[in-house]
Amino acid sequence: MSVVPSTATVTVDARGQSCPGPLVSLAKALRDAASGDLLELLATDPGSKSDVPSWAEISGNELVGSDEPTPGQYRYLIRKV
Amino acid sequence: MAAETVAADAPTYAELLARIEALEAGQSPVKKKNKLTIIAWGGDLDRIWPTTILATTAAASGMESSVFFTFWGLFAIVKPGVRFTGDNWMQKMMSAMNPGSAQKAKLSRYHFAGAGPTMFKKLADDHQVAKPEELIATAQDLGVRLIPCQMTMDLLGLKHEDLLDGLEEPIGAATAIAEMRDAAVSLFI
Repeated sequence: MSVVPSTATVTVDARGQSCPGPLVSLAKALRDAASGDLLELLATDPGSKSDVPSWAEISGNELVGSDEPTPGQYRYLIRKV
Repeated sequence: MAAETVAADAPTYAELLARIEALEAGQSPVKKKNKLTIIAWGGDLDRIWPTTILATTAAASGMESSVFFTFWGLFAIVKPGVRFTGDNWMQKMMSAMNPGSAQKAKLSRYHFAGAGPTMFKKLADDHQVAKPEELIATAQDLGVRLIPCQMTMDLLGLKHEDLLDGLEEPIGAATAIAEMRDAAVSLFI
């Protein structure tokens, strides 16, 4: 996984949540964001590793980067279209 | 070397080219939308749960999303406070056997007189998995269209006021098919 630059304007903390929690939290945060905004998503759901890229593909938003700073802690950087 | 065999009725190269051209010209009568439609037939906890997860996730992914509730699925969208529904003894018995609302949905397997769902929900709490009733509220918040089936409502004796607030107007089979017809993904759960 690539390193996530810490330039996000909003952090969505979905740690502890299971599917589809992180994506629902992300979608809700995205509603209040402007086009081009960077959002950071924090998750512990291992399913997010495949789900976040899939979500980005379906929704058209850009997954700028992702990493796992500590084992089991996932971080995603998303740019709203 | 084995000789290549071609079926007698196989289309010619020119015919195949013509077919590709026809497809590329967009002659398909139906244009699929980036949309998920689910026919929620089952009211069991282990059916209504994936139904609400998928409908919510599709909406969270920016897809159009709609759920058509029919037969046992309708009991999952009865208001939590509504206990007995129906106008005659058959409908009343049916509602007694199928307590309304997603909160009271039974498991199709391992129900164990209600112990199964309790354990399931305990596990869901431990793993922070949203429950169906919460997912229904989230679905409505994200713009998922929840549509009850008129015919089964009449059959089961369920009235519009027995069902959750914020549902679409009840529709029939043809409208349900129209919903599915233009959806890129349609499921029967």
